[in-house]
Amino acid sequence: MRNMMTKLAGGLIAVLALNAVSAEEVVVYSARNEQLIKPLFDAYTKETGVKVKFVTDKEGPLLARLKAEGANTPADMLMTVDAGNLWQASEEGLLRQVKSAALGANVPAHLRDPDNEWFGLSIRARTLIYNKDKVKPADLSTYEDLANPKWKNRLCLRTSKKVYNQSLVAMMIHEHGEGKTEDIVQGWVNNLAAPPFPDDTKAMEAVAAGQCDVTLVNTYYYGRLMEKKPNLPLGIFWPNQNAKAKDAGVHVNISGAGITRHAKNPAGAIKLMEWLSSEKAQNLYADSNMEYPVNPKVKPDAAVAAWGSFRQNLINVKQAGALQAQAVKLMDRVGYK
Amino acid sequence: MPAESSVLSANTPAKFKPAGVFAFARPGGWGAVALVIALLTVIPVAVIFSAWLTPEADILGHLTEFVLPELLANTFWLLLGVGIGVTVLGVSLAWLTAMCEFPGRKFFSWALLLPLAVPAYVLAFVMIGLLDYTGPLQTWLREAFGPMQLPQIRSRGGVIFVMSLALYPYVYLIARNAFLTQGRAALEAAQSLGLNRWQGFRRVALPMARPWIAAGLMLALMETLADFGTVAIFNYDTFTTAIYKAWFSLFSLSAASQLSSILILFVLILALAEQRTRSHMKYGGVGRAASHDRIHLSRRQALLATSYAGLVFAIAFLIPLVQLLLWTSEVAATDLDSRYWEFVRNSLWLSGLGAAIVCVLALLLGYAGRQKPGQFMQLVQRVATIGYAFPGTVLAVGVFIPVAWLDNVIIDLLKSQGWQGTEVLKGTLLVMLLAYAVRFLAVGFGPVDSGLQRVTRNIDEAARVMGTSTLSLLSRVHLPMLRTSLFTAAALAFVDIMKEMPITLMTRPFGWDTLAVRVFEMTAEGEWERAALPSVAIILAGLIPIIFLAGRGENTHA
Repeated sequence: MRNMMTKLAGGLIAVLALNAVSAEEVVVYSARNEQLIKPLFDAYTKETGVKVKFVTDKEGPLLARLKAEGANTPADMLMTVDAGNLWQASEEGLLRQVKSAALGANVPAHLRDPDNEWFGLSIRARTLIYNKDKVKPADLSTYEDLANPKWKNRLCLRTSKKVYNQSLVAMMIHEHGEGKTEDIVQGWVNNLAAPPFPDDTKAMEAVAAGQCDVTLVNTYYYGRLMEKKPNLPLGIFWPNQNAKAKDAGVHVNISGAGITRHAKNPAGAIKLMEWLSSEKAQNLYADSNMEYPVNPKVKPDAAVAAWGSFRQNLINVKQAGALQAQAVKLMDRVGYK
Repeated sequence: MPAESSVLSANTPAKFKPAGVFAFARPGGWGAVALVIALLTVIPVAVIFSAWLTPEADILGHLTEFVLPELLANTFWLLLGVGIGVTVLGVSLAWLTAMCEFPGRKFFSWALLLPLAVPAYVLAFVMIGLLDYTGPLQTWLREAFGPMQLPQIRSRGGVIFVMSLALYPYVYLIARNAFLTQGRAALEAAQSLGLNRWQGFRRVALPMARPWIAAGLMLALMETLADFGTVAIFNYDTFTTAIYKAWFSLFSLSAASQLSSILILFVLILALAEQRTRSHMKYGGVGRAASHDRIHLSRRQALLATSYAGLVFAIAFLIPLVQLLLWTSEVAATDLDSRYWEFVRNSLWLSGLGAAIVCVLALLLGYAGRQKPGQFMQLVQRVATIGYAFPGTVLAVGVFIPVAWLDNVIIDLLKSQGWQGTEVLKGTLLVMLLAYAVRFLAVGFGPVDSGLQRVTRNIDEAARVMGTSTLSLLSRVHLPMLRTSLFTAAALAFVDIMKEMPITLMTRPFGWDTLAVRVFEMTAEGEWERAALPSVAIILAGLIPIIFLAGRGENTHA
């Protein structure tokens, strides 16, 4: 109780001396949730003795917070679970350029900012999941093909309000242009068997229950669901793989990080980021959520590797941010809820 | 206490004159007190309104053309449906448990409050899990009877159903207080006029309880307007959806703020209009029957009453709780660790301190209105309590921006003295608690204000004749009479703060993670089953004040 009162008193009026950031500490604002980042930070502290202080929230509020705090932000690093928000943070001048040979070597060029303001740390692949009792893999081919009337009343989708779908459509706009993309997304909407779902898992459950035949999800949701219910008749399919047809590859997004413009300990934060991208940490980072490592030298978790390998879309993921607003408006126009 | 028959707070409004504002704000006066409290809300609201300085014609144009028409219709139907739903559920259950005798009445009179502790988005997730195409009910029906077309739970009807069940306790709680204090006397009066029981309820008791019902309804509607979590699970787009779409998807916080400010103006007008229609009515105090006989229902009626109350209790509380417990049992082995004690402790402290602050401010604000009634005071009160209708995340930013600004000013001063650091005010509990107060003042003010209406002017005058000062009038006469109202206010604020997410996330000091923060961590990546553990903990902790409150409700009717 007394302990609590001291803590309360300390909290009510911040003890100024204690609040001064020590050099042996890195402060992180993270939209990647606690159970995924804490084990990493704990391991880092154990290895280097450097403490990592972090606070979690959604991207929108974290960006607003950094902006309002300006030069007096305690944050050294911003972590997000998509490229769009990192792009936006960089647009608003909240991040700084980082010169690091290690990051350059560990993170492939299409998964980091061309100006080196942010870097991907894990890959999130968005792919097709189908009902094995009702669909033959040979019937599946591309994201674009899901607009074909043969999928009428057979498609389930997550809501367009989720950034993963916004990023996918943004990348399609980059590849096909706005007009063609609008036709494709309109085709998806026409083929829906049920109103859009609030999350990927619900959409997959609808496929498994026979409400529809195919859906689009991030692979780790598939991994999580199958781990819990291995008997679901769900198969995974990698779309857009035909190199001859000039298919661009599977749409990938990142979870990643950038160093804040007004970081108090930029050197420490860069070291942490280099460590996160290193071979030592990449498995811990990606495997905890069944994602793919960004570092090409690191192999994914065995369960993830079992889904097979795929060719990924090599267009820089910054386009997901740059074209996001355009994608959202497009989805609004065609009535994708 | 003897029955009185004087005019209660009839709000005989003094006409508002602009020049009177200075007199109103006289330092040390009650007008100044109200203004200072309102200022807490006015600052973040002003920040949000200032977004109009950054034109966002492009985004607003797009939303107006393609998004808003449908969303406005959706929002209208949702408000109408939930409004009717919570009123019917809340008033009928309050009347039954307060005025009638049926098997299980004692149990239901407190148990029907419990859904208050279940966050609406949790109820939504559980109900969709059970009733959607992939849920156990429809799966069983398909297996037993073959393919069939059943009504969609993920629909307008579904979202109204869930939100009505989640929010009716606001009406129930406050209306029940009204019926307990005056229902019997109202019925007796009605009977002496030759009205039957139903007519007595409809024509006397119900109109008399109107300020209380309206207070509860207003809270439920404000929460409906501010809600994002529940409608997101239904993928039912409302005005709030457009606000978050502008911010998170179109990257425009200023367009989001502009839309929020429209929402707030709407709520303000609604609230003032409601008050206006009421201020023409005068409420006669009828005192209370110390121990009243309840209406004895026929066997059939009693059975119906028990089934009805039981059904609402089961759907709104029991079924979701059981589902959450099942999920919890799956994850408890891996997720439940000693840190949970800290989360629970943090949640309890924050909710307790927050509720205390809300109660004090609500009492001061209500009391100021009593001491200095008038149209301007009504406006001040409405503005002070508008925070409840804001989408939580937008309000959190509205609070954070001025605090960060002030911090920057102070830090620049300190830096010239050689100090190094990045946080003075931000990252302190003080800011967090004040932000809670801005958000939940309405929750405290509703019960306190309607309670104050019952303290008649005669009492004040009698006390004054005997030379009692204002302060001792408050502490010796009013506070004891307001005990139940204050307790209601505290319990509502406590439970609401316990469930609150965006302000907690944005303003918590490092290390002050709460149960609601745990829910966020789990649901952020769609791990609803794992979120069951902190959700259950929130419900259990939220039960503490509710059970306490229920115990009191029976004994003291003040």
